[in-house]
Amino acid sequence: MGERPQQSTPAAQSTVKKAIATRDAYGEALLELGRQRKDIVVLDADLSGSTKTGKFAKAFPDRFYNVGISEQDLIGTASGLSLTGKLPFASTFAVFETGRAWEQIRQTVCYSNLNVKLVATHSGITVGEDGASHQSVEDVALMRVLPNMTVIVPADAHETKQVIHAIADSYGPFYVRLGRAKVPVVMPDDYTFQISKSFTFHLGKDANIVAMGIMVSAALEAAKILRDEGIDVGVINMSTVKPLDNEALLKASSACRLIVTAEEHSIIGGLGSAVSEFLSENNPTKVLRIGIKDDFGCSGTSDELLHLYGLTADNLVRSIKEALA
Amino acid sequence: MKTQLSAKDIDELTEKARSLRIEILKMLTEAGSGHTGGSLSAADIVTVLYFYKMRHKPANPEWRERDRFILSKGHAAPVLYAALALSGYFDKALLKTLRKIGSPLQGHPCSCKLPGVEISTGSLGQGLSIANGIAMGIKMDGLSSRVYCLLGDGEIQEGQVWEAAMTAAHYRLDNLCAIIDNNGLQIDGHCCDVMHIEPIVNKWEAFGWHVIDIDGHDIKAILDALNKAETLKGKPTMIVARTIKGKGVSFFEGKVEYHGLAPTRDELEMALKELHR
Repeated sequence: MGERPQQSTPAAQSTVKKAIATRDAYGEALLELGRQRKDIVVLDADLSGSTKTGKFAKAFPDRFYNVGISEQDLIGTASGLSLTGKLPFASTFAVFETGRAWEQIRQTVCYSNLNVKLVATHSGITVGEDGASHQSVEDVALMRVLPNMTVIVPADAHETKQVIHAIADSYGPFYVRLGRAKVPVVMPDDYTFQISKSFTFHLGKDANIVAMGIMVSAALEAAKILRDEGIDVGVINMSTVKPLDNEALLKASSACRLIVTAEEHSIIGGLGSAVSEFLSENNPTKVLRIGIKDDFGCSGTSDELLHLYGLTADNLVRSIKEALA
Repeated sequence: MKTQLSAKDIDELTEKARSLRIEILKMLTEAGSGHTGGSLSAADIVTVLYFYKMRHKPANPEWRERDRFILSKGHAAPVLYAALALSGYFDKALLKTLRKIGSPLQGHPCSCKLPGVEISTGSLGQGLSIANGIAMGIKMDGLSSRVYCLLGDGEIQEGQVWEAAMTAAHYRLDNLCAIIDNNGLQIDGHCCDVMHIEPIVNKWEAFGWHVIDIDGHDIKAILDALNKAETLKGKPTMIVARTIKGKGVSFFEGKVEYHGLAPTRDELEMALKELHR
């Protein structure tokens, strides 16, 4: 990743930073939590090296459980631990955690409203070469539909650390969606994450991009290009996808004539759907959904895949211009 | 927690199991739907657990040092509800509300709605993993509490059960004792016709469990097995309880159709006559 272009707001200017994978930030956050709190336990299903829970496992072997390649058992075991007052973090790849064990999450974690934290890595197509079997573009939809579940998709490593600490302090089921690939740090140094609060980098008069995860970075880049061309486009990091920050959406949709959602996820059931559902009922506004269009991923480098599926600043620019024309 | 049964204890527990069966039949008839056969087959096991073996405080369901009971075969909710009511967790009058709108007694147990229910169950195959997690947490806390998990025999067709079987053995969860209510029937027929589950004992032994094979309607045999499980260190115990579906009511016994049917008023009357005999 090259340097980010200059942005017009102080917050966006701080985007000229290094790139770190959110899974790495998760590994570090778990270590911090492990030192601070004795009730934290971590579970994994044979992917602790990839999800970065292995760091916790090494530091706190008595509080780490590897259940082997058994995601359904992973969720049940984490649930049982929560019933004894422990604070379990259960991790594996997003496609396995939310897909293979969906019904366990529904029946045991959500229906019983347990204090279980599901933190999945390797979400989206930026998993890369492993291909569609390991790329999850449906997980947010699967988690969003569950009662009691809060869904968070951090934009960068900086936000990820704060998210992990925040959910440790908040009771209930949480799903946090992390990635494999390095992503630029885009959130300002003084940013403080709050559950269900979005962050507006800039409020645009022509359009506003509501983005989650790695697409926040692409959205900032697109907005810069468009503003240089005289089109005022804002960017909102909607890191909590459920419950949505309704206030921010009302404000953004009232300020412009086009809302654009950007997600490394299917446009069916994810952020685009969530935003459309809210706006159609509360402030009907044209919504353009940028994401995976009812498709599976495939093998390739993460950059190649982002281009192939149109998850780039350039495609955002092109799509927004067309929609505004 | 007591470990030795006197003749008087056996009489009392037999009487208690009879009371459980009566409450099960009454609440199911009142509800007009529900799972009769598998509730009756588990009545003796649940009786020994709730009224003799388990350390629990009905007035304080969250008591930290309690033994835990997970009803993995959640469709047998009536036997759990009867045990909780007769233990004093809630007023027996509430049993009449089973499966009715607004009742905490949901068709399958819901922990958010009814104190004493450790975890919501009903979707088969999930309880043993949960029991494992509880057993791990209890060990981490250095508590002597024990975890009991009751599974159906058809339920062990679920793959997750075998994931959990491996986990329990791998982590040497000797504070866990699971029990299979082996009544031999499932909704679509005999387990051996629908999907073979035998040899159950060999399977669990091969998965690293200590297995005790008993008559699941013999009060003394149930308690002996639960006691024996407590003395076994380094591995979890599975009690394979050979039971009769619909046990206690002659015209329900061994009848597959009463897996998911509630008694009619007439059947209830006849059943109560048999049980009071």
